[in-house]
Amino acid sequence: MILSGEEWQAVRLSLDVATRSVLVSLIPAVAVAWALARGRFPGRVLLDALVHLPLVVPPVVVGWGLLMLFGIRGPIGAPLYEWFGIRLVFTTGGAALATAVMSFPLIVRAVRLGLENVDPGLEAAAASLGAGPLDRFLSVTLPLMSPGILAGAVTAFAAGLGEFGAVITFASNIPGETQTLPLAIYSATQTPGGEAVAGRLALISFTLAMSGLLLAEWIARRMHLLLGRG
Amino acid sequence: MLEVGLRHRYGRAGFAIDAGFTAPEAGVTAIFGPSGCGKSTILAAVAGLLRPDAGRVALAGKPLLDTALSVFIPPERRRFAMVFQEARLFPHLSVATNLRYGLRRAPPEATGPGFEEVVALLGLGDLLTRRPSRLSGGERQRVALGRALLARPRLLLMDEPLAALDAARRAEVLPFLARLRDAAAIPILYVTHALDEVDALADQLVLLAEGRVLAAGPVEALAARTDLPLAARRDAGALLSCRIAAHDAERGLTRLDFPGGQFAVPLRAEPIGSQARIRLRARDVAVATEPPRGISTQNVLAAQLVSVDAATASPEVFLQLALGPSIILARVTRDSIARLGLRPGLSVWAVIKAVTFDHAMPPPPPPPP
Repeated sequence: MILSGEEWQAVRLSLDVATRSVLVSLIPAVAVAWALARGRFPGRVLLDALVHLPLVVPPVVVGWGLLMLFGIRGPIGAPLYEWFGIRLVFTTGGAALATAVMSFPLIVRAVRLGLENVDPGLEAAAASLGAGPLDRFLSVTLPLMSPGILAGAVTAFAAGLGEFGAVITFASNIPGETQTLPLAIYSATQTPGGEAVAGRLALISFTLAMSGLLLAEWIARRMHLLLGRG
Repeated sequence: MLEVGLRHRYGRAGFAIDAGFTAPEAGVTAIFGPSGCGKSTILAAVAGLLRPDAGRVALAGKPLLDTALSVFIPPERRRFAMVFQEARLFPHLSVATNLRYGLRRAPPEATGPGFEEVVALLGLGDLLTRRPSRLSGGERQRVALGRALLARPRLLLMDEPLAALDAARRAEVLPFLARLRDAAAIPILYVTHALDEVDALADQLVLLAEGRVLAAGPVEALAARTDLPLAARRDAGALLSCRIAAHDAERGLTRLDFPGGQFAVPLRAEPIGSQARIRLRARDVAVATEPPRGISTQNVLAAQLVSVDAATASPEVFLQLALGPSIILARVTRDSIARLGLRPGLSVWAVIKAVTFDHAMPPPPPPPP
């Protein structure tokens, strides 16, 4: 299958945005999953709801909310721009942020599932053997929850390749900058005679997503074997 | 000395614990009681895995927990390695790495047996490269024992380490536990609800019921008392520390010396000179006022009747008999008391069949190569 330069650009941009979004959200997702699974603090239920909001709110609303917060005049966007010269609206970084927010609940859910599979008794044993809290987390909890983290990352990556509503609202549809695969498909469908392009891109989108999900499954199985849960 | 004093309540009207005891600097102190009496809670509080409502835990005078002084040393800084009912080996690490987990975190000045020594002691040589999922239950528990010992702890905590194993696996691990006790120059706090483990391992006993300490002291002393729940058990009886004096293979007998006399028992496996603790069940001891003749019983020993526990209304009565400095228990009917005119101070004969002696301790495992 031969793709034009512009089509390739959309594929590369999609991979770029999805990668960045996963990198941005991974550590906060582990922290939030930890707080939700093990934490006992007021507002835990509220945090849980907040994290899952992007699953139920229309993506356009999420994009709009980001525009309000991170826009040049937004409460976060203004200082970012004035102090650091960072502008997120209408940029690849902005597309990655919108994608990260949308896929955040997916990562948190997978990480939390992985964490809940870790027996707290093992951490107690590690403590009695002289391991402090950070040591316990790094030597026992993290390796044992890593299948969840990896599964979450790959799922979020696959989903991130196809994020549409939040990206187009917050980052707009700029070829080479924010026009990811789904946005390129959308543009193609709006262009007379663009059916062939849309079809090719849709096939690529489908292939990438499927590969991602299969990869996640395969990694999870290998990890469980490695961790002695075969 | 380990000092423990705790008050804790689960929930507002839940199960309450109010218990205190001390344990000597060396040897095994068993915390014994029925399920749900608070044994494991006490152990978790000593380990630092549970913060009790109030209390104090101190080793050699240094507090690790003192709610009055707001002292709480976290578990990782107490150096009280714990062995749990389930082995709790780290599934992602090999046996060797599991064993070294505590060793790598022990302070450099801590002393204790080395890696090779512990591997030999517990027979782990063939298991080192395996993952915990490829071990049997008994092997797992042996690795857990080694891992705890290698952490170079100041105190070993054992929370029913044999309770999750079937009878065959228990018999496999128990001798290793006895070995570990002899190799570890540190005190061991051992929680159990199995009396045979107390008999085989413990020096001191803390008797617990419904969150309270009923009695505490040397195991032999508590076993000879008739006022404790121990006496209500079918296997109630005195514990005697014996030394294997001689084997008579031809007659199939082993002679055991104990303070105050000698027993003949069926041939045993232990080498001459080794120690064996014998539980002499009260219901297996008969009393005669004249030396019996023409009787198959091997052991007819002169004894002094110390007390007749006639306080209870039960048709069965405990007698305490002194054999030299040792006290044994006999359980007879109230009718026998009257028939023989038994009263404290009387000289009697204790009649004990050789075959009634329990093997309190299974034969030791083959020595490491």
